[in-house]
Amino acid sequence: MRVGLLITCLADLMRPSIGLAALKLLERAGCDVVVPSTQTCCGQPGYNSGDRPAAQALARKLISEFSDCDYVVVPSGSCSGMIKTHYVELLSELPEARAKAEWLAARTWELTDFLANVVRLDAIDVRFDGTVTYHDSCAGLREMGVKNQPRELLAKVSGLSIREMHDSEQCCGFGGTFAIKYGDISVRLADLKCDEVAKCKADALVLGDLGCMLNIEGRLRRRGDNRTKVLHVAEVLAGMTGEEVE
Amino acid sequence: MEITSAHFKKVAGQKLADKKVQEALARAKGKFVVARAKAIEELDNFEEIRRAAADVRDHCLANLDQYLEQWEDNATAAGTIVHWVESAEEMNRTLLDIATGNNVRKVIKSKSMLGEETGVNEYLERGGIDVRETDLGEYIIQQAKEYPSHIIAPATHKSKDDIATLFAERHQRPRLDDIAQLTHEAREILRPHFLDADMGITGANFLVAETGSTMIVTNEGNGRMTTTLPRIHVAIASIEKCIPTLEDLSLLMRLLARSATGQSISNYLSVTTGPRRDGDSDGPEQFHVILVDIGRTRVLGSELRPALRCIRCGACMNHCPVYQNIGGHAYGWVYPGPIGSVLTPAYVGLEKAVDLPNAATFCNQCSVACPVKIPLPDLMRKLREKQTELKLAPAGQRVAMRVWAWLASRPTLYAWATKLAARVGKIAGGRQGLVHRLPLVGAEWTRGRDLPAPRGKTFREIYAARKRS
Ligand code: SF4
Repeated sequence: MRVGLLITCLADLMRPSIGLAALKLLERAGCDVVVPSTQTCCGQPGYNSGDRPAAQALARKLISEFSDCDYVVVPSGSCSGMIKTHYVELLSELPEARAKAEWLAARTWELTDFLANVVRLDAIDVRFDGTVTYHDSCAGLREMGVKNQPRELLAKVSGLSIREMHDSEQCCGFGGTFAIKYGDISVRLADLKCDEVAKCKADALVLGDLGCMLNIEGRLRRRGDNRTKVLHVAEVLAGMTGEEVE
Repeated sequence: MEITSAHFKKVAGQKLADKKVQEALARAKGKFVVARAKAIEELDNFEEIRRAAADVRDHCLANLDQYLEQWEDNATAAGTIVHWVESAEEMNRTLLDIATGNNVRKVIKSKSMLGEETGVNEYLERGGIDVRETDLGEYIIQQAKEYPSHIIAPATHKSKDDIATLFAERHQRPRLDDIAQLTHEAREILRPHFLDADMGITGANFLVAETGSTMIVTNEGNGRMTTTLPRIHVAIASIEKCIPTLEDLSLLMRLLARSATGQSISNYLSVTTGPRRDGDSDGPEQFHVILVDIGRTRVLGSELRPALRCIRCGACMNHCPVYQNIGGHAYGWVYPGPIGSVLTPAYVGLEKAVDLPNAATFCNQCSVACPVKIPLPDLMRKLREKQTELKLAPAGQRVAMRVWAWLASRPTLYAWATKLAARVGKIAGGRQGLVHRLPLVGAEWTRGRDLPAPRGKTFREIYAARKRS
């Protein structure tokens, strides 16, 4: 089973441990993982900023990079959602590219969904001592149907217990460029999320999208919370929750 | 109505800082979202009904000309006088002509968002006509000389205290502070107007083609009195409200109140077919319907067409995290929230509402809640594309996207750039790994947040090194 791993531009630059964790999880599950070395970005920033040609160019690049994979797995609901639910529309006026987009969309999975439903991971051999709460990032939840998958997987981690926060499905206010175009509104939404995290008193907030992680963690730290860890679900599942990546 | 969407950012900031507004919004959120969720749960086939409703609305829109003609034939046969108008000015003038032609001095009005679009109250008042809003929310807004902040709860931004003060001042009566008493007082003040008004103006939730009827839903019964008591009734309706049959109406009614207020059905549902007939115990002598375009046909022929499916339930704004925190006024025109972010640019011009399609996180909470499945984020994205095309998007953003795409299409160069950024970022993050202050556009990020810093190396760098070893 040839699995292409899309790291996402954000994780590549900001938090490589997410990519390393995803790689480890997939390899342990017995996948033959390929990481196309020329991959950069799925094109979502351009797409959501109204620059369709820019997004099309990057989408076509990505499609060709992963064209020999049985699956494309992405440790992000947002970027997998981009491919799975938007590429076909994005390339709709280019019939050939559109057909390829359909092909790729059918093979694209969000990481936890893939682990839970394709490779059906049944044992996870790591420990995490503490309570975690899970934030449902918008695209993962509403585009990719990611809801129980990460929770099921986290429940298999020994020492870990899940405590649900109130309104876990409420948007954290990241929204890509929204966060820097409408900073005040974005911070307000992040603040409300931080309130819920604080009320929940978990040791770690776990989620599946780095954009939301940066937003919520950034606000938590600014509010003076240096205690609550903010972790990507892949990092927890792979037992890579330490600060050092290498 | 005057459009102030250009000030979105400023007004949004004011609303975020306004404690009273925040309290009112928090109350409304709790009320609407929770009530809707409960109401939806009662239906075991909500998704099926939604799908069917979206299909019905799509079908109407695809055959709108045909249904409108059928509607007109049936309406005329029932004695309704039908007027077709294209612009806001034309609609207002038609109304004033009907009023002056019939010696109308006083008009009572039930809630109509279309009326807000055209500023009909001010227009009629300038023409010497006394206009009274009779929906409680609209009445409050009219007394306060404000604009609605929500399409089904126009005064939702006002607290009970605000209203108590307002009523005491406008009614010249002792201040009351009990909601039931306040409502009672408004009713007392309004009653004589119901009785001596010459004309009633209503909107229309739907037009039913097979019967030539107009239909409105209300919770207070004011709509019922507006359609039946005065000697003339005029309904103003935009053309996209036309649906084929009463059966379709009942389908849509299963969704409307549930999505709006969480009621299984509204308290009143009035279907009007023609004026009073011989033997009828009440009803107007004349029944006019003004069919209004104001931009609808233009939207019908555009990629924004799905927005015309809207049944004005307000669920999208109730579920919008942005609306929930800034309220309706910042959007600057009649329709706030996600649907407003599509309709305002579509009806009044993209250049007058540049912020609206951008002021959304694309969380999709709106379209998941929308009873007719309007893909609101996708439509906003279409508008963003239009903005780029027309160079309405800020130049900095357009250039940044170009540069980004250029760089991301060149993997080798991109790898170097990100390597450098990862190193610089790590240094900037210091011991804590947090950047407290970013320059340029990043400043908007760090004004209220830190930025967790990069770790010094990119994933691809680490991966390549591993492969080599
Ligand atoms: S867009 Fe949908 S949710 Fe919003 S008001 Fe219209 S019908 Fe209701």
